[in-house]
Amino acid sequence: MKPALFDYTAPETVAEAVATLAADESARPLAGGQSLIPIMNFRLAQPGTLVDLGRVAGLDGITVTESEVRIGAMTRQRTLESHAGANAAHPLIAEVLAHVAHIAIRNRGTVGGSIAHADASAELPCLLLATGGSVCATGPEGERTVAADDLFSFHMTTTLAQTEILTEVRIPRLPPATGWAFEEYARRRGDYALAGVCALVTRGAGGVCTGARLAGCGIADRPVRLTAAEDALRGSTVCEDALMAAGEAAKGHATLPDDLQASQAYRADLLAALVRRAAVRAAERAGG
Amino acid sequence: MSTRQFGAPVQRNADPALLRGEGAFIDDIPLAGALHAAFVRSAHARARIRSIDTRAARANPDVVAVYTADDIGALDAPLPLLIPHPSITAGGKTQRPLARDEVFYAGQCIAMVVAVDRYTAEDACEAIAVDYEPLPVELDLEKAVADGAPLVHDDIPNNVAAHFIQESGDADAAFARAEHVTTVKVRLERSTAAPLECRAIAARWDRVTGELMVWDGTQAPIAVRGGLASVFGIDEDNVRVVAPNVGGGFGQKIMMFHPDEILVPLAAMELDRPVKYIEDRVENFIGASQERAQIHEITLAALKDGTVLGLRDSFLHDTGAFIPYGIAVAQVSSTSVAGPYRIPGIWVEFKAVYTPCVQVTPYRGCGRPQACFAIERAMDQLADELGIDRFELRRRNFIAPDEFPYRREGLLFADGLAVNYDSGEYAQALDRIVGEIDLPAFRAEQAEARAEGRYLGFGLGFYVEATGLGPYEGGRVKLHPITGKVYVTTGLTDQGQGHGTVFAQIVADQVGCAPADVVFVGGDTQAQPWGVATFASRAAVVSGNAIHKAALRARAQIVQAAANMLEVEQDEIELRDGGAWIRGGNRSVSLAEVATATNPLRYAFNESSKTATQFAPASRHDGPPLAEGTHPGIEESDYFSPPHATWAYGVHAAIVEFDPETCAIDIRRYVCVHDCGTIINPMIVDGQVMGGIGQGIGGAFYERCAYSEDGAPLAASFMDFLMPYATEVPDAELIHTETPSPLNPLGIKGVGEAGTIPVSQVLASALEDAFQPFGIAPVRESPLSPSMIHALLREARARPA
Ligand SMILES: Cc1cc2nc3c(=O)[nH]c(=O)nc-3n(C[C@H](O)[C@H](O)[C@H](O)COP(=O)(O)OP(=O)(O)OC[C@H]3O[C@@H](n4cnc5c(N)ncnc54)[C@H](O)[C@@H]3O)c2cc1C
Repeated sequence: MKPALFDYTAPETVAEAVATLAADESARPLAGGQSLIPIMNFRLAQPGTLVDLGRVAGLDGITVTESEVRIGAMTRQRTLESHAGANAAHPLIAEVLAHVAHIAIRNRGTVGGSIAHADASAELPCLLLATGGSVCATGPEGERTVAADDLFSFHMTTTLAQTEILTEVRIPRLPPATGWAFEEYARRRGDYALAGVCALVTRGAGGVCTGARLAGCGIADRPVRLTAAEDALRGSTVCEDALMAAGEAAKGHATLPDDLQASQAYRADLLAALVRRAAVRAAERAGG
Repeated sequence: MSTRQFGAPVQRNADPALLRGEGAFIDDIPLAGALHAAFVRSAHARARIRSIDTRAARANPDVVAVYTADDIGALDAPLPLLIPHPSITAGGKTQRPLARDEVFYAGQCIAMVVAVDRYTAEDACEAIAVDYEPLPVELDLEKAVADGAPLVHDDIPNNVAAHFIQESGDADAAFARAEHVTTVKVRLERSTAAPLECRAIAARWDRVTGELMVWDGTQAPIAVRGGLASVFGIDEDNVRVVAPNVGGGFGQKIMMFHPDEILVPLAAMELDRPVKYIEDRVENFIGASQERAQIHEITLAALKDGTVLGLRDSFLHDTGAFIPYGIAVAQVSSTSVAGPYRIPGIWVEFKAVYTPCVQVTPYRGCGRPQACFAIERAMDQLADELGIDRFELRRRNFIAPDEFPYRREGLLFADGLAVNYDSGEYAQALDRIVGEIDLPAFRAEQAEARAEGRYLGFGLGFYVEATGLGPYEGGRVKLHPITGKVYVTTGLTDQGQGHGTVFAQIVADQVGCAPADVVFVGGDTQAQPWGVATFASRAAVVSGNAIHKAALRARAQIVQAAANMLEVEQDEIELRDGGAWIRGGNRSVSLAEVATATNPLRYAFNESSKTATQFAPASRHDGPPLAEGTHPGIEESDYFSPPHATWAYGVHAAIVEFDPETCAIDIRRYVCVHDCGTIINPMIVDGQVMGGIGQGIGGAFYERCAYSEDGAPLAASFMDFLMPYATEVPDAELIHTETPSPLNPLGIKGVGEAGTIPVSQVLASALEDAFQPFGIAPVRESPLSPSMIHALLREARARPA
């Protein structure tokens, strides 16, 4: 469990970091190291060069604007979790982060690192999808913004190029009349979820659900929008029947085959239960 | 009077240093110029090796040596079968240090690289190409013993490594008289100890003195010394094995030899450089001993009133690809399976089965959790079938206090001696737990919860545990003249249990010092060359009593010497506060002074030593300075050899809440009543029991060494082998009763393994209770995952009502 030989650089600008990545196609950015270092120790990743983003200027910090929360990629997960402004703008952030690993790991792990790592069971990518967020990335061709819906392509794979650095994560403010909830089940406190659900439910007159955004983690080869469940909720009063229907509908999104920790059948039923629980809590918080 | 230390919750004396990071584990031992070893391990469960190409590795300038089976000379032979037994199929299999021509499990060592550092050694391992021809495998125990199954060893038919039947009383007669017969089939999976510190070894060869110095994170340094002396053909006195701080063992480190334990010393001798091997976590998961997998089919023969007359248990025991530790684990299972119950007619049969997996040797509990699961699941089922309360059924079958010693004639325990329970108050323990739980109140709460759609369940499990096995241990107590510290030395080792503290308590009471002034030395073959090892919950029982005997002798010597020095009769001497005092007076001599005065000196080196030199008044004597038949200083040793194992016991109960939507289980209450005889240190006993319960919860719900059908280990990291965190282990309520053992002077029984034993049963039993409204099939497996519970639930729902 010792990594293979690698070079290490600690650039001070994004441009320098991008250039280093471009010069060695096996080079990888290093953020908090909470995922990359273990997989290097298993020799599952053998980057020729580690580009430590720790000293790159301007990659951390949180700004709350009129419309969104902007989180520098190198912002530690724990910093975001305890940021009053960010959580006032979107209270789901802190609720989700409490389930990411353990405090010691959140103290090192970064927001950008978790998104870029794109583990299909990870909570933050799921949050980004549910909130309709986006990321900014800089590569040799310059800067671009990628919407969450276009970002996650497979377990531990994003549509960002190897030469691109994720610089910022953007989460839109909680829309009005919208409630939020996160539910997950992990075998042990702090583990990746066997299934997790972010729910945002917007209610209008008479408590009718006018909008629902749900996303799940741990259930497929990437984080997924639970569109079938959203459809089942929209237009309902989030009553018992609608919840049951939403849960049932969500099952189709649980496509991960049986693995060591869970069977597919279990995951599907678990997902249905979590959808019901998250949706009902979100609806309660939406008021109406 | 000093307060009595024995029985007091004395703080653990090793902790401050460990907590400050001042412990010295193998990797902390400074070894200038040490080389590092890493292993090429088999990627297949069962395969022929066509070729091994080490050229690229050897060409690496930072690689000092590469060893394959061809490079280790006489060491290329099967390792010892430590505990031979007549039931083992002819030619019991043990592994070679490095695989020759074929491999038997994924993880088996094929080559060892020694390099300037571990990074380079791993690089070189990657550069070694092994060409395999994979062979078919069968991991399922039941299929593995069937005709036509792929064989792990070509010359062992049906993969049966051992077949053993034992009978006590007349089981056939019991079954003939039975009014009710019930059968249960249970299955337990593979697990592993996963100690905090993986295995580790370092060796240094001194060409000039001819001494081989080995630091081994072992539970058995004396055995390792003997084994190494034998392997290398050198005298035991020229091999010194030290087990320094060891970060947990749980049985895994009792097993010798793991291949590195002889290959690292070999390399140190051949290369004339210190060599280190620090096993990493993956290697520990794939290359270090595992345990637990058994399938029992147990049948009870009972009368309608619940009296159990007979028991038949036939089980398969997974021994892995080899059987280096003999049948110990299976034998402990088979002799523990009757539990605390009288059951006059017992017939137990087991087959140890070779499977293409890493070898099985004892892991905390050693066969007992499996036996407990089998008998207690069967007792629960019997109670339900006869309509008798689960407590009541047990109460009707307990061996009564006046029936001890209770011999199960015909059953031989793992120490080769008859099963003979020494003492117990089983019904009393059960009453304690009934009192704690208040079952009627719980039943009311359960009914209310069900009405709200919440599902609570109650379960219990009783166990007995043979502890404190022989053959013997020694203890030495020595008073130090400068500091007055009391050194206590024994041969076995501490892996964090706190032996040093309880030994200090035992000694402190006899010599009249504070436990903090007792220095424990263990695990060094030079300090104590005689002894056995730490296993089978035996340290306190066997070493503790040896040390107690030695301390009594030391006490007598101190009293005699002090009486001389203070010129009073011996019965006027009282030992306390680090000195010998005249009873009721204020004159005293310190322990340091006693130690000094009892050693006739030629040269004074400090104030008190003047009194021991030749012209001092106290030195006047007619005969030789050291009287015939005496020895200098205060130093006494003694040994203790128990007549047979002493049987501890206990009963655990739990209340759980089951969530049928997530299949999650919440342990809401966990109560343990436990009896390990006379308690030396209640705080340490609490720690041992609580740790055991934590490990038991791991065994019940989380920890599983899963393998693919073709024998690839699937849980080879902590991402996949789940150990419960502190967040998954509830606060347990621990209640101790003390029924002394008549088998040793201190009246103690072992406690190290106790907590782990009944947990799977307790939780299975509680779940079954919670499951009732769903009609879920009884729980027959351990560990139990949410997916398994989900499958049971689906099955129940699919069944026509
Ligand atoms: C015991 C343990 C438990 C955990 N449990 C959970 C859990 O329950 N849920 C969960 O979500 N996570 C969990 N994690 C993972 C943790 O959240 C990581 O912090 C996170 O996945 C990666 O963030 P990092 O900053 O450590 O990134 P790193 O490990 O440094 O990098 C991860 C990957 O992202 C790439 N990368 C990082 N930053 C950038 C960037 N700015 N631009 C482009 N690529 C980048 C790296 O090259 C690498 O491939 C756990 C980790 C541990 C050790």
